[in-house]
Amino acid sequence: MSDIVLKVGNLAAAYRKNTVLENVSFEINSGSLTGIVGPNGAGKSTLMKTMLNLHPSLQGTVSFFHSSLEKMKKRIGYVPQRGSVDWDFPTDALDVVTMGLYGQVGWFKRASSAHKRKAYEALEKMGMADYANRQISQLSGGQQQRVFLARALVQEADLYFMDEPLAGVDAATERAIMKTLQELKSIGKTVLVVHHDLQTVTDYYDHVLFLNRTVIAHGKTKEVFTRNNIAKTYGGDIRWLGEENGYGLYPVK
Amino acid sequence: MTYTGWIIMTASLVGLSCGIIGVFLILRKMAMMADAISHTVLLGIVTAYLVTKELSGIHMLVGAIIAGLLTAFMVQWLHTLGVQEHASLGIVFTTLFAIGVILIATSVGNAHLDVKHALMGEITFIPWERMALPVIGEVPKATALLALIVMFVTFCIVAFYKEWKITTFDPALAASLGIPVVFMHYLFMCLVSVTTVASFDAVGAIMVVAMLITPAASAYLWTDRLSIMLLLSGSFGVIAAIAGYYIAAFMDTSISGSMAFATGLVFLFSFLFSPKHGLFASRGKLLKGNLKF
Repeated sequence: MSDIVLKVGNLAAAYRKNTVLENVSFEINSGSLTGIVGPNGAGKSTLMKTMLNLHPSLQGTVSFFHSSLEKMKKRIGYVPQRGSVDWDFPTDALDVVTMGLYGQVGWFKRASSAHKRKAYEALEKMGMADYANRQISQLSGGQQQRVFLARALVQEADLYFMDEPLAGVDAATERAIMKTLQELKSIGKTVLVVHHDLQTVTDYYDHVLFLNRTVIAHGKTKEVFTRNNIAKTYGGDIRWLGEENGYGLYPVK
Repeated sequence: MTYTGWIIMTASLVGLSCGIIGVFLILRKMAMMADAISHTVLLGIVTAYLVTKELSGIHMLVGAIIAGLLTAFMVQWLHTLGVQEHASLGIVFTTLFAIGVILIATSVGNAHLDVKHALMGEITFIPWERMALPVIGEVPKATALLALIVMFVTFCIVAFYKEWKITTFDPALAASLGIPVVFMHYLFMCLVSVTTVASFDAVGAIMVVAMLITPAASAYLWTDRLSIMLLLSGSFGVIAAIAGYYIAAFMDTSISGSMAFATGLVFLFSFLFSPKHGLFASRGKLLKGNLKF
């Protein structure tokens, strides 16, 4: 029943002349929630951008739903890093969410009230209804991330790419976001998340992909989230916190 | 229309088109690109003149568009080769501008095309060169061209309003939704180029930067909505243009200089008194905040 929705073959990418990714190959099954982990500079964000053709690839193939990116664009949702946009832009939260619908609105047309309503409902779902008309620079980091999540929800994609959605957010937002991701998974959507906190991986994701310029390990979290793989990915420098069978720190619940 | 009327009309059209385009220059953080393109269009105009031996509107426009796109493209290209973005901007536009200056000084220098005119503009000459239009009658050529540009720019901005908004705010999302971000970027460079070249006769290459950047930067201080910012910026441009004319008439000085000066006054006023981001407003907020503690 689990169908392959994303297949990456031998992908490579570079910034200027430095190779950031090489020989990256993996497959993602539908309905999975995958955390992509690796040290800084491992190429996690670059991998996402390269798969989505937002960054040029040197070689390799990426197929979505057994087809090409061009044909499947409408089924794919991308949430960039919060820091990648200028939050001083003159617009409000509702408008940012509505932008997620621009692909559906079409050229020469304006977003209708039905679109606006849909955007508002997505904000409501993320607990942001009260902030719909708030200028985006006046939102906290967590609130901004919720707006981004709401924008992804209105796209009603089948496959989501999220670049560090939990970076710099408060505990309540982290809970709200993870709950939303779990819900997406439960209705059969596939989600890939760039994640930076090893402590929470086992609680949040059913699959994990270790990345450090290439795929170190990939599979069910239960099977591949091992010390050995972590050490291989992070170069063995990681300091172990806590005891043998707990990591000392616990995720927010 | 009277001589004065045409000058004010021309200046207002410059203020309007530059004001609208300026909003996206500011929001796309490309203010310096305006500076660059305002200079390199000179090369476009000179080259167009060399090729066609004519100094008419359409040739100038085509030359300017090519020069503008060339600038944007070369800056991008140098940047990908590892040159700092602002450094590559500085290298490209000064080099292209210098070629324009050399060409003017050697082979095409005549009454219509000289460096001083290109840099400072001479709006007082505009009403003399007229053309006959059906229905409207005799219209200065530069004014007619500007009116056309204003209509074209406004059409492009309104028709693709949401595309401009999303490619400016979040180009990565725009690209993932299938909106042609790169095409929109170069289309915008075209708009900047035609606006600049149409304003050239009136205010020249240096003052056009003031008209492009300052009204938009002022409008940014007054509102949190893009559509309002566009309206405000266009209005500020027109106000500065008209005020500039009267300042110049009163002090008997350069009109383009006075217009640019007037945009500075608009900005100063906004900077001090804007209710949202003005100096006094934030001072007030600070005081109120302090009182709470």
